[in-house]
Order: sequence, then C-alpha cells, then structure tokens
Amino acid sequence: MPVFDEMHGADGALRPAYARVAAWLGRLRPEQIARKRAEADLLFRRLGITFIVYGKEGGTERLIPFDVIPRVFAAHEWRRLAQGSIQRVRALNLFLADIYHGREIIRAGVVPAELILANEYFQPQMQGLSLPCGIYTHVAGIDIVRTGESEFFVLEDNLRSPSGVSYMMENREVMMRLFPELFSEFGVAPVNHYPDELLRNLRAVAPPGVDEPTVAVMTPGPYNSAYFEHAFLAEQIGVELVEGRDLFVRDGVVYMRTTEGPQRVHVIYRRVDDEFLDPLAFRSESTLGVPGLLSVYRAGNVSLANAMGTGVADDKSVYPYVPDIVRFYLGEEPILNNVPTWMLRRADDLKYALDHLHELVTKEVHGAGGYGMLVGPAATKAEIEAYRARILADPAGFISQPTLALSTCPTFVESGVAPRHVDLRPYVLAGETFGVVPGGLTRVALVEGSLVVNSSQGGGIKDTWVLEGEG
Amino acid sequence: MLGRIADSLYWMARYSERAESTARILDVGYRMTLMPQDAATRASVWSSTLEIAGCQEAYAEKYGGEVRREDVIRFLAIDPDNPWSLYGCLRAARENARALRSSITIELWEAVNSTWLEIRDMDENALLERGYRDLFDWVKERANLFHGVADGTMLHDDAYAFMRLGWYLERAGNTARILDSKYHVLLASAQDVGGAVDYYQWGALLRSVSAFRAYHKVYSNVIVPARVAELLILREDMPRSLHSCLNQAIGSLDHLCGRRPFECRRIAGELHARIRFASMSEIFTRGLHEFLTDFVDRTTELGGQVQRDFMMLA
Repeated sequence: MPVFDEMHGADGALRPAYARVAAWLGRLRPEQIARKRAEADLLFRRLGITFIVYGKEGGTERLIPFDVIPRVFAAHEWRRLAQGSIQRVRALNLFLADIYHGREIIRAGVVPAELILANEYFQPQMQGLSLPCGIYTHVAGIDIVRTGESEFFVLEDNLRSPSGVSYMMENREVMMRLFPELFSEFGVAPVNHYPDELLRNLRAVAPPGVDEPTVAVMTPGPYNSAYFEHAFLAEQIGVELVEGRDLFVRDGVVYMRTTEGPQRVHVIYRRVDDEFLDPLAFRSESTLGVPGLLSVYRAGNVSLANAMGTGVADDKSVYPYVPDIVRFYLGEEPILNNVPTWMLRRADDLKYALDHLHELVTKEVHGAGGYGMLVGPAATKAEIEAYRARILADPAGFISQPTLALSTCPTFVESGVAPRHVDLRPYVLAGETFGVVPGGLTRVALVEGSLVVNSSQGGGIKDTWVLEGEG
Repeated sequence: MLGRIADSLYWMARYSERAESTARILDVGYRMTLMPQDAATRASVWSSTLEIAGCQEAYAEKYGGEVRREDVIRFLAIDPDNPWSLYGCLRAARENARALRSSITIELWEAVNSTWLEIRDMDENALLERGYRDLFDWVKERANLFHGVADGTMLHDDAYAFMRLGWYLERAGNTARILDSKYHVLLASAQDVGGAVDYYQWGALLRSVSAFRAYHKVYSNVIVPARVAELLILREDMPRSLHSCLNQAIGSLDHLCGRRPFECRRIAGELHARIRFASMSEIFTRGLHEFLTDFVDRTTELGGQVQRDFMMLA
C-alpha cells in the first residue's frame, strides 16, 4: 500500500506546505529537538496537564507523549477540510431535527426507519422538542484521515461530547513557548480564540428571552478521565465547573448552589452522558445527574449542549448514510468522503466481508474509542476466526471498511526524525453560525508502521498548523 | 462561588489544621511519658490524648480497655481506619483539594498532594524506623508549609476566607479541648502547685500550643494555672488562644458576609463578645469546664450555621 507522506508527498518531492518546516528541521540538531521535547514535558506538567488521568487511589499522573514537530496544512487544504466538516455538521443537525420531528428522510426512503427508531441512542423524549437555533450538536469532533494529496476521508462524526480540544489549545500554548520565532516566520493561524467562540455559541442557544444567560460546564467529577479538560474549559470561558449535586431544580428552572444563594443556570455545556443526566428520567442510580433536569429541558427553560439524543446520528450504522444525508438536506455533494463501508446487515456485504476479513477493518456498530475492532492485516488467524464467530452471531452489529494507508508526518522518535501515521480531529462549533477554528487535534502513532493513534495504545499528539496565505 | 467549592476549601483547611493539632498533642504526650512516672500517670496521659482527639470510643472498640502508648500512637498517627488519625486527616485534606483543582493554586495542590503521598506509604515499620518525634515534627512542618503556600500564592478573596474560617474554627476548638482535658489540673488548689510533675504538666500543655516561651515572655513568672488559662483563652496576641482564633474567624466572616445579615455572623459575634469581654475571675466562678464545653458546642454550632448559610448543602 503506498503511503502518502505529508512532507514528501507520494513521490519524495518536498510539498510546499512543509518547505519551512523542512528547512527548520534541517537546521535543528537531534539533541536540540530532544532538549525541546524535555522542555515540553516540563511545561505540560507545569500547566497541570498531568492531571488528565487520575488513578483510583494514588492519583497517578500521565503525560500523553507530545511531538514537537508540527503537522502543517496549507490554507487551501484547510479550507476544504473546514468546509467539509461544517457541511457534515450542518446536515447532521438538520437530520437530528428531522428525525425528532417530521421524519421526512425516513418517508423519502433515504434512511431505513429501523436504523433510527430501534437505535438505542434514539431519545424518544426529544420528539417534538424545538431547540434554540435548531442546533443539536453545538460541539462536534470530526475524525479525518488522509491517504493522498487530495484524498481525505471522514472516519467518524463525534456528536455527543467529543473531547480533546484542550490538547489542541495546550499543544499550541507549549509550541508558542518553545518556538516563538517560528510563529511569526511561518504565519500560523491562531486557535486561541476557541473558548471565546464556544462561549459565544453557548450564549446564543440560551432559552428565548434570556439576555444575559448564565452558562456552566457540567462534569461527572474529578474521577472522570476528561476532568482536566472540563476544568480547563470552564476556566478558559470563565464559568463555573459544576457537578450534578451543585445543581437543583425548583419551580421549573435549574439553579446552582452558590455561596451567594441559588443562582439560575440557563445553558449547561454538559460532559455527562445522556443516561446519567437525570435520575428521575433515566438511570435512577445515577448520582452524576440532576433530578428533574429533563422536565426543565423539555419546558425550554434550560439549554443543554450538546442536546440529548445526538448519539443516533454518529452511530456507525448511520454513518454510511451521511453522504446521502448531506445531499438530502443541503442539495450539495459532500465535500469530504466517507470511507467505503460494508454494512454487514446486508447479505452481499456480509459475504464480501467474511471473505476478506484479513484485509478489512471491522468495527462494532455501537463501539467507540478503538475498542472491539478487528484490524485484519494486523490480526492473527485465531483472532480473525474468533471475530468471525462474533459477526455471525449478530451481523447487523458490525461494519467493515478497507484498511486505509493513513498519511505520515515527520515525527521525532528515538532513531531521529522519521515518518509516523497521523489522524486529525477538527472541532466544529454550532450556534447562530457554524465555525471551525483553524487547527485541531493531530494524533500520531509513535510505533513504526502502526496505524493505531489512540493514546491508550502508544499514541502521541502534535500541534496542527494551518498556514495563512498560500505558501 | 459554588457552595461545594466553598465546602471543600473549608474542610481542606479544617482537616489540615486537625492533623497539625493531633501531631502536637501526640508530641506532648510522648514527651511527657519520657519523664519518670508511674504506670497510672502514664496511662492517664494517653487517655487524655485520646480524649482531646475525640477518639476514646473508637480506640476502645479496636483495642479494648487497656491504653498502651504504642497502640495510641499507631491509632492516632497512621491508622487508615481512623478518620481522625494523621493519616485520615491528611487523606481527607487531599481529597477535598482534589475537587478544587481550578480553585487553588498549583503550589497549594502540590503541597497538599505531596504530603498525602508521603504519609500514604508509611506503615508501622516505617514509622518506627523514622521515629515518632520525627513524624510529628514533619506533620507540623507540612502544616506550616500549607499555611505559607496558601497565604503566599492564593488570591485573598472569598476562597481564601473560607479556608481561614476552617483553620481558625478548628484551631479554636482544639485549643479549647486541650485546655478542657487538663481543667482538673488547672483548678488544683494553690498549695498543690509547684511540684516537678506539675511543672512538666504545664510545660507540656503550653508546648502543645506553642505557648511555652510566650508564657514566660508575657508573665516573667512561674507557671500557675490561672495564667495558663488566661493566656490561652483571653490573650488576643497569643496565636492559638480562643480570642485570637475568633478574631481571625470574625475577620473572614466579615469579608464573606459583607452587609448581609447571616445567622452565622450573629452567632460568631455573640461568641466573640463573650470572649472579648470575659474576665478570668468570672470564668472560674462559672466553672472553667462549663465555660470550655459551652465554647466547643458554640463553635460546632457556628460551623454548622456557616455551612447552612453559604454552602447550601442539600
């Protein structure tokens, strides 16, 4: 499989976007890079990012390996990625509004009814509810991989509560401290206004008639693995970081308990999953939620970001239909492609996939985070056979995709600077308008040849630079 | 500020102060048992140590009636099952700090966290190897570090005021309990006073609240019970006296209440006035024990009212 390298292209010629990075790397000695990387580790610790992962008892701290060599996009490349991501999020919002109202798309026969109505993430409580600005996914993370000069594929649309944006911010912060001179020289588009944009959108979706809404970030608490990010965002946008027990419902509105007395909350940027939000409506044993929250939400007296029930639109069984969803609601051709997908609930697809398991990536429809998937080319015969048995037990629970040759970027590893595979997650913000800050989270597989970028499995992160101007 | 945050700040400070106080009491008890004395006196020292720490019943449940030095020290220093042991208090302080990541400085978090990590790994062998006195000194040092870092790195705003409130209410209660545990000694008649044992009893009591030198500086005279009581109750320039602690707590409450007519401010004001305008002769006439018991009850009431007024705990 030919691999596209983002610095040297497919044919080894230096690509213009990386011209300056290549020159800079040529000037840097390996020991300088090593020193900068040690400095970066120190900065991450000082910035408090070691609090990402709390162990149960010991408060164990973990640093995600940070690579100091940035990943670079030219302005025109980024324009396409941004427009393509926004296009999907616009369409998926219209899709969510539709399936919780008139269900035109089902009646038009574009998406099968059972995929939606029988979906465990379909939220009956959302039916008929009108949301401010018609927005369901105020923050979306679109996972994108690249395989060629102009071949980009969307792997997944994360529409529930995508995490990782704090790394985008902190990676940039660290790079600006390590290499301040590069930023003026390269003309790197800033990402620092993300919290401002987020706050602007959250305020825009406040319940009607509220001019000065009170916004809060809601977290499951310090034991959650993304707690650092929740605290970071609350601090950055200057609002309270609340847990369920800080909130209560009285007279049809939500209050938080403050030292000044009860204070009404209008918009909750919640990083708590749907089923834990309200013990009266969902899991009664949940202590993370607020009793009665759903009734206030349904009455329109509090806004939740993201809305409840968005999981039905980022489900892997719906994913294959996203290009059609884009066409149906927007009348446009999708700017970004889907990865070709075999839906194993279809007999033909199932037969093909079973014959080609060794070369395909097969995933659970409801899985996430890289768990429960089979990477055919990397799997043993026994693993493939075990997986085959699982598929046969419930074909509709699986999809298959070709193994993609993810692009590589120069990365600093023990042997020096070498190409490593990367992916990308830009964050789309929706409110009165749709937007993407020019950047995102680039994850990199640090092990040679590995395609797995997840931090739990040896993945690292790097800063993502969008160059201003065509250079 | 969220009520939960205020609550965590308040308790982080209270637990940290309680650890320091327990370390001081243990230190004094240990020193006293190095004096030549009979078994009954020795046991009474450790009984009163348990009493001050409020841990008699829990101790009896675990060890039965016999009060042994090693058991008491283990129980009050490193027993994970005793929430009021040094171990338990420092763990609780750290658990509260953990919920405060965005409300306290990195330096303060590191001070609290590293203290916990160090005592977490301490078992009985490590304790014996290290030596009791060394552990007690270390806990006192860490408490001083905590105060210094909090004062030097935190914004002196509401968050800081809640911490101070926790410190000084806890400290006032501790001083009152220490005094109360010795009230029978303090009330001994004049002719009994003056023996070597008494001298060490007073000395120990004063040392447990860092007041030994202060006593001599203030009074330039031999140690007599009435003056000890006066120093630790009424002197407002004595950092661990009831009067001084209340001055500090009132200052924090004034900051927090502003002009709002909170019940906790009224209770605090009433208590403050009692101490401020009290005289030793009146206190002794009423009964020192009654006075101190009443004081402890009122500080407990005040603490509860602070939580009702500010923290809205459901």
